[in-house]
Amino acid sequence: MGTDHIVKSFDEALTRLAEVIQRMGGIAETQISEAIDAVVRRDAELASRVIEDDRKVDTLESQVDDMAIKLLALRQPVASDLRFVVGTLKISAEIERIGDYAKNVAKRAVALSQIAPLKPAHVIHRMGDVAQQMIKDVLDAYANRDVERADAVWARDAELDELYSSLFRELVTYMMEDARNITGSTHMLFIAKNIERIGDHATNIAEQVHYIVTGKSIEATRPKGDETAFAVVRPGGGS
Amino acid sequence: MNTMVANKAKAAQPQGAGPAALKVVARDVNVHYGQKHALKGVSIDIPDRSVTAFIGPSGCGKSTFLRCINRMNDTIANARVDGSIKLDGADIYDPAVDVVQLRARVGMVFQKPNPFPKSIYENVVYGPRIHGLAESRADLDAIVEKSLRGAGLWDEVKDRLREPGTGLSGGQQQRLCIARTIAVEPEVILMDEPCSALDPIATAVIEELIEELRKDFTIVIVTHNMQQAARVSQRTAFFHLGLLVEVDDTEKIFTNPQDARTQGYITGRYG
Ligand SMILES: Nc1ncnc2c1ncn2[C@@H]1O[C@H](COP(=O)(O)OP(=O)(O)O)[C@@H](O)[C@H]1O
Ligand SMILES: [Mg+2]
Repeated sequence: MGTDHIVKSFDEALTRLAEVIQRMGGIAETQISEAIDAVVRRDAELASRVIEDDRKVDTLESQVDDMAIKLLALRQPVASDLRFVVGTLKISAEIERIGDYAKNVAKRAVALSQIAPLKPAHVIHRMGDVAQQMIKDVLDAYANRDVERADAVWARDAELDELYSSLFRELVTYMMEDARNITGSTHMLFIAKNIERIGDHATNIAEQVHYIVTGKSIEATRPKGDETAFAVVRPGGGS
Repeated sequence: MNTMVANKAKAAQPQGAGPAALKVVARDVNVHYGQKHALKGVSIDIPDRSVTAFIGPSGCGKSTFLRCINRMNDTIANARVDGSIKLDGADIYDPAVDVVQLRARVGMVFQKPNPFPKSIYENVVYGPRIHGLAESRADLDAIVEKSLRGAGLWDEVKDRLREPGTGLSGGQQQRLCIARTIAVEPEVILMDEPCSALDPIATAVIEELIEELRKDFTIVIVTHNMQQAARVSQRTAFFHLGLLVEVDDTEKIFTNPQDARTQGYITGRYG
């Protein structure tokens, strides 16, 4: 990010800030994929590693805070530099939240590993892939100041919302079929919701990238596919 | 005297309704110093009762343009100005314009505080006297108090008005020069790097004063300090190589400038 400043150390400080974000993002990505693996493979040990990793993200977040505050105080950035520093601060908070959601998924993976396996795990896997890809793409967009890529991530959130809605219906039906599925399905539902929230945070990052690069906010309203808040599932099928 | 009053009355237009009234409107202003083309086709609207900051690298023409607004360039032998500059809609380069009157309406504060080697009191009443703005001793006393209050200096000097202005601190001298400028009740105040010789505290005092002054005056300030432009102005104009590259709301210039040259300059990149 930091290039071409007459004062080289200013460039370096901006570049270091961007590097910490990439590290945070890398860990968050791994957290997501491992948390999902832990769910699918019923691997409690892997899950506890994901939970552990969340501390690393938290530490990096406070590192970003420190660096950004120093930059603001000492360099008084303006224009694109100011947007970059402020946007980066917000992005690090978004990644921190993503880490928390991945941790929550991992906690539920531990619980799920102790009960009978459930059918719809493959949709969870699919959701996890989409979320992970969104994080990866949006951080690439951040690193390369690539506004089109950021906008594409932003639009992709609808896909995740749709997956979530369909899984929601599937799980509700499943629970109604057999009350013994309720515990596992409830965990699954929360896991799916966590992943759906991760997608929301990825879109928030996309919005920040869009602002950093263009100085304008994404005008269109956020794509919304999650309508489960209004969904009614009746016994005997049909919703 | 009468024209001054009339001018003041005209300046006191209702505020807040609609877009801000334009105090100074410049169109396609060019300045040559001999063969040197120092200012190239500058057009700008300067709104009434607000602060407009001019920024840009040294030698880009900021002071040159500032001096066009009160025809100070007339005093430079080899300077040639063309284009149009209107003050409240009237062309200031019209041959009928009385330049002395014009400079009473458009006052100027310079980089180095330059009080006359006279008392504080005499510094302030100098302008009103030559413009015949006051007759009686009481009138002059009133102008001195009002101007020094306006410049935020009254409390510091009210007990030593007879002492020389040159005995004041740098920041106080600059405020004395501002008092001297506002004593003739101008409508526009031009300031050419008014804080560059002052320490940070004296600078902050002047900046606070500018904030006060813009309620009554239109202010145009040249500054090398971009943070200062950001702090004190509502509009910022960026000059480069004799061109006015970009002028916009100060917030816009410092968060999202449109021209790559502006961006490069304010963020400290190579232009
Ligand atoms: N009196 C003058 N005679 C000849 N050239 C001048 C004179 N005043 C300024 N210039 C030239 O005009 C250009 C603009 O100068 P100036 O308006 O003082 O720039 P700024 O205030 O932005 O530093 C510069 O190249 C400067 O050398
Ligand atoms: Mg100058």
